[in-house]
Order: sequence, then structure tokens, then C-alpha cells
Amino acid sequence: MALAAARTAPAASTFDWLAAVKDAAITALLAAALGLFMVGFRTADRGAAGLQFDYQFTDLLIACVAIFLGRLALTAASKGMAWLTLLIGAALLAAAQGLKLPSDFLTVVISLAGLALLLHAAWALLRGSSAGAAAIADVSGRVNAATVRLFPWLGAGMLAFAVALPFMPFADQQVMDLGILILTYVMLGWGLNIVVGLAGLLDLGYVAFYAVGAYTYALLSTQNGWSFWAALPAAGVLAAMFGVLLGFPVLRLRGDYLAIVTLGFGEIVRIVLLNWVDFTQGPAGIGSIPTATILDHPFVESPPEGKVAFHQWLGLEFSANHRLIVLYFIILVLALITNGVTIRLRRLPIGRAWEALREDETACQALGINPTNTKLTAFAIGAMFAGFAGSFFAAKQRFISPESFVFIESAIILSIVVLGGMGSQLGVVLAAVLLIGLPEWFRDLGQYRMLAFGLAMVLIMIFKPRGLVAHRDPTIRLHPPSGRGSPS
Amino acid sequence: MEYFLQQLINAVTLGAIYGLIAIGYTMVYGIIGMINFAHGDIFMVGSFIALIGFILCVMLGIGWAPLAILLVLLLAMVFTAVYGWAVERLAYRPLRGSFRLAPLISAIGVSIVLQNFVQLAQGARPKPNKEVVHGAMRLYEANGFAVNLSYIQVIIVVVTVALMAGFTLLINRTALGRQQRACEQDMKMAALLGVDVNRTISLTFVMGAALAAVAGMMFLMYYGVTDFFVGFLAGIKAFTAAVLGGIGSLPGAMLGGLLIGLIEVFWAGYFSSEYKDVAAFSVLVMVLIFRPTGLLGKPEIEKV
Repeated sequence: MALAAARTAPAASTFDWLAAVKDAAITALLAAALGLFMVGFRTADRGAAGLQFDYQFTDLLIACVAIFLGRLALTAASKGMAWLTLLIGAALLAAAQGLKLPSDFLTVVISLAGLALLLHAAWALLRGSSAGAAAIADVSGRVNAATVRLFPWLGAGMLAFAVALPFMPFADQQVMDLGILILTYVMLGWGLNIVVGLAGLLDLGYVAFYAVGAYTYALLSTQNGWSFWAALPAAGVLAAMFGVLLGFPVLRLRGDYLAIVTLGFGEIVRIVLLNWVDFTQGPAGIGSIPTATILDHPFVESPPEGKVAFHQWLGLEFSANHRLIVLYFIILVLALITNGVTIRLRRLPIGRAWEALREDETACQALGINPTNTKLTAFAIGAMFAGFAGSFFAAKQRFISPESFVFIESAIILSIVVLGGMGSQLGVVLAAVLLIGLPEWFRDLGQYRMLAFGLAMVLIMIFKPRGLVAHRDPTIRLHPPSGRGSPS
Repeated sequence: MEYFLQQLINAVTLGAIYGLIAIGYTMVYGIIGMINFAHGDIFMVGSFIALIGFILCVMLGIGWAPLAILLVLLLAMVFTAVYGWAVERLAYRPLRGSFRLAPLISAIGVSIVLQNFVQLAQGARPKPNKEVVHGAMRLYEANGFAVNLSYIQVIIVVVTVALMAGFTLLINRTALGRQQRACEQDMKMAALLGVDVNRTISLTFVMGAALAAVAGMMFLMYYGVTDFFVGFLAGIKAFTAAVLGGIGSLPGAMLGGLLIGLIEVFWAGYFSSEYKDVAAFSVLVMVLIFRPTGLLGKPEIEKV
């Protein structure tokens, strides 16, 4: 409608002020309707008096004015009036920084909006002038060439960085924790990538297998005294069995149905963990899970009788960081195994069958591929890696409860895979660093973190639906496409 | 027997609420083939707007319950519909023609945004609402167990049936309904024949959101409390209901809602209330295995 008209219109010399203002007013009115109740009347519990309102109409009014101006600025930019955008952007930024707005939220959002408008306008002005356009073309050409040249080395570079990280001077406990967290999600992303990226099955309950792995290790170690390394294969096998158990009945379903059934399965697993108190200790969770050790050398300063502590074994000074460093390398190796297996599988007949199935199921059936069995393998292998990651998670946290395995975790892992560009191994790493690492660094965002996360999911789908590293091409094809035109 | 009857009444009430939400899923899936994952959160927004509406009514001194209910109903429907429209316009329309999973992932994003927006704007704690309608009819009494039908249950079922009848008429008889059915069959052809596809899809979302608002209001009146997270479970169960009844079919959504209500309430009443959600999901899996098109759905023929 209005937006579409703005896009198709040529850069007219006559700017239709009336239409632009009307359009902006409608947008602001819409925002007012959205916010009137939710923002305007904040319900607060006043004890005996019941719920009462805190009125926030100033906030609402300010937000609507900002939206009006912002919309006007965007229309102006699309009609070749970038100077107006520049002006409004500067005004918003100045107003947000200079005036005392009623809430920090408004200050932050309006400042960011002003900044975005400034950049947008600057970009439009630069592209408008001939010298600027030439400069952009030159720079983007060079960047593209550099990316193409350096891309093969990017993976190796990241791996080298990952291996070297624990020995860096800045690698304190916080950095190691974050590194372990990111690597856990990288591993989960790679595992889910087999299911979603290669086989094209949308799994919204992946966290269930993660939970199975975590509880397997937690129960085996606390009740039967199994060590991490003994329980790890068991966790993987059990998670894979759960994958088969779930997959067998439902894998005949089409994509969307499969998504909802897997979501339901994830919820079932969580509800069972929550309510089967005798077995899982329910909402209280399982605590004092033993950590993972190397050759049974504990990470304590003075080891118990008959044991050699880790630092004594290596002849090092005792440091509390050793446990984290060892855990870091365990998850790094586990993640690399996931990656290696995936890369190998892609070259095997089963991997080819996954990708073929993703592209066209009916054609595969005609060629004699059994879709159910093929999908089941993908499901089971993906689940197995989630099980490994889960038992690592239990060993690292030393405490697990059903709280850790809610739907939002599945959504986060899925968005890592999708943002990475489904099927791309490197993309998963970049996306995990972006989605897990950035929010951890920006702890100040606090309660706005998840809001920004959801917003990012929508915006990425709109502006970059193929992900950061678009890579859904089949690994091989019979007739290689000529030229550089990439197949869709 | 008395216990059974009481559970049946409770089940039908709950089923009516699920059915109203399920219609939104089924209409959207029918027309653009996407699971509107944020629909449960639209329901939650509806319950919040209804809550604020009821408090406003008390403040303005509108004490007569039927008037208050009618006013709040209209308010919630209109303002929740704006949410439905805005979500479609901002998060789904730009993705039409993108790859298959894009709208679903965008919808998950919208769901997260709505939940956190409401949590920020209204606080995370559960919000109690003063009872709007109280009292109950005593249907009959035997063996020391009375079967009660509360007035609120009557209101819920009556409003649901009235809205269902209205929407069936709307889909079957009006020009808008015809356009919707045309878009459902073949969007391109409908556009060629002069149907404004964008407007039709927008209106589908508006109608779905309005119905979800009614469901949210009923939920608030029935349970007397709402919070920012109620949309998640209610949404999944309503989707289960839509699939159970046969996605794309309006009577199917209603039937599915009823069945999910029955399963949940009877499971909670006779077995264990902790596992009532597990029962609902297990039924979904069973249905999809043995009758993938649902109870009233048409089989989908895949053409190559």
C-alpha cells in the first residue's frame, strides 16, 4: 500500500508533502492504537484495592511523535529528499540525548532510531552523488574480492583462535564461561543443522534431546557413580533412541505438522521431567553433579587419598581456571567431532539422500529412497549430538532442572541455524557468536534482551532470509550451473 | 455420573475457548499456508486489553454486568484486531514468496516480541481480575454431589456459538467470505479476477485476532487471572485443536477445540492434572499418524 507506492515511485522532484504527512499520521495513529491500553494504562497491584492504573500517556505521546517523524523521514529518503531525513534523524538524536524523557527505554530507542536515520540518509546522499556512487562501487568490489579470497581461511582462522583462546592473557573466568557457552550452542547448532539444514526437517523440540542427554548423565553419575566419559556414549545413544522413538511415527508428516509435533514432544519431555519427581526430582532439579575429569584427576587443590589432582599430574600451579579450560577443550573437541561427522556424512550416500530429500521428496521416492528411514537417520544423528551436548552441559553446570530446557532454547538453537544460513557450518559459528555472545556482552540491555532478540529474528527474516552465509546449494549436481548465477 | 456431568460442562466451556483461538489458526493456515505462531500471544494481548477494559468499567461506574461485558468485548475485539493487522503487515507480508520456513521463524520472533513487550509494559506478575459475573445454576443434585452450571459458563458457550454462527455466515454468504475462499484455492487466479489479495489476507488476520480477543476475554472471566505467558500453552493447544479438526476447516476447528477441551478436562478429572497437557499432545500425535488430514479436513494431493 503506502509503502509499496513509496518504493515504486521515481525520485520525483516534487515531494508530495500532504501524502507524506498523511501517511506518517496514519502510522502514528496506528502506533497509538497499539499502545493505548498496553502502554497507556499500566496495571499495578495495590493490595486490597486490587489492580489500579499507573498512567503513562506522556510516554505514549512521545513514542507516537517519534514514530510520526521517523515515518516521515523514511518516506522522504525514499523520494530523494535525504536532507530532510538527515535533519529529522539529527533532531531525534538531539532530543533523546538533550531532553529528559520519562523512561530510559524511550531515550535508548529514540537515540537508536535517530542514529539509524542519520546513517540511512548519509548512505542515500552518498549514493545520490556520482562521486559517492563510484566510491561505493569501488569499496564494495574490493570488499567482495577480499571476502572471496579470505573466506576459505576464515574457518581455519576461527579454529586457531578457538584453540588459542584459553592461553590468551585476557582469558579470565568470565571469558572462559562465555567461550564454553558459545561452543555449546555451536555444537547444538551443528547438530540441529543435520536435521534442519541438510534433511530439511523443521524440529522445534530439539531441546528435548539436549534434556535427555543432560538427565542421563546427571542420573547415571549421581545415582550410579558413572564418570563423564562412561556416561557420554550412553547419553548419546539414549538421545538417539528418543529421536527414533519420536521420529518413527511422525516423520511421514509434512514440514509444518512436523514442526508442531516436535514442539509438542519437547513440551512432553519437559512436563515429564517436571512431574516425575521420584525419578528426576522435579522442579528442584538435580544438584552436585560431578564435573568432567581427565583420567580421573580431580580439580582440587588437595586431592583425596589415593588420587592425583589435575595440577599435580601436569606439574602446574593450582588454579581454579583449570576446570574451565579442560571443559572448554572438551566442548571444543565435541563440537569439532560434530562438524567432522557432518562433513563426512554429506559425502556419503546417506548425506546425499538427505539433501535430495530436502529438495524434492516425491522425486526421491520415485528413485527408490525410503524417505522415512532416511529422515529417521538424520533425526537420530542430530538427537545424538544434542545428547552429547546435554551431558556436557550437566557436567559443566553441575546442576540441572527442567527450567533449562524450555521452548525458547529450541527457538534460539533454530534461529542460530537459520541465521547462519541453513546447511552452512561456518554460518552456525558466526550466528552463535552473534546471538549468544553479543547479548552476553550487552548485559546492560537486561530485560530488553529478549525483546531485541525477537525483533532481530523478524528483521533477519525480512532483510536476510537466506542467513549470514547463504549455503543451501546441493553439495553436488549433475549439471554444474554455467557462469556465476547461483541456483536458488 | 454427577462428577462426569460436571466435568462435561467444564470441558465444553474450555473447548469453546480453544475453539475460538483455533479458528484464527485454521483461517490463516487455510489462506496462506503458514502457522501463525504468534496467534497465542495475540490471545494473550486480548486478555490484557479485556482486563484493562474491565478495570476502566469499574472506574467509570459501569456496574451493570451485561453492558460492561458488551463494551469490553467490543473494545478488546477492535484493539486486538489492530495487533493482528499490524503483525501481518510488518512481519508476514514482506515474507510472502520467501522460502517456506521464513514466515514461521518470523512468527516465532513476533511471539517472543509480544511476550516481552507485554511483560515490560505491564509487569511479569499474574494479574487478577475482579469477578464480573458470579453465581451458578444448580442443575441437579444426587448422592451429595451438586452439578453446577455457572452463569459465566453459559455466557462463554452462548457467545462462542453466536460468533461461530456469525462467522460461518460471513464465510459462506458475503463477498468477503467468497474472496477468502477464492484466495484459499488459488491466490494468483483470485488476484487476476480482481480480488484484492493483500486486503483479504489482512482481513483474515483481523478476524482471527478479534476472535482470539474474545477467547482472551472469556479466559480472563473464567479463570479470573492472566499473565504475559498464557498465550504459549493456549496457543499450542488451540493449534492442536485446529489440526485435530482438520486444518483449514472452520467447523473442524470448533470440533477440535471441543475435543481438546474434553480430553484435557477428563484426563485432569480422572487421571492426573499434571499430565493433562501430555494427554492433549499425545492425541495430536495419534491423529496425525492415523488421520493426517484431521477429522474434517480434505486430503491434500501433492502434485509434482
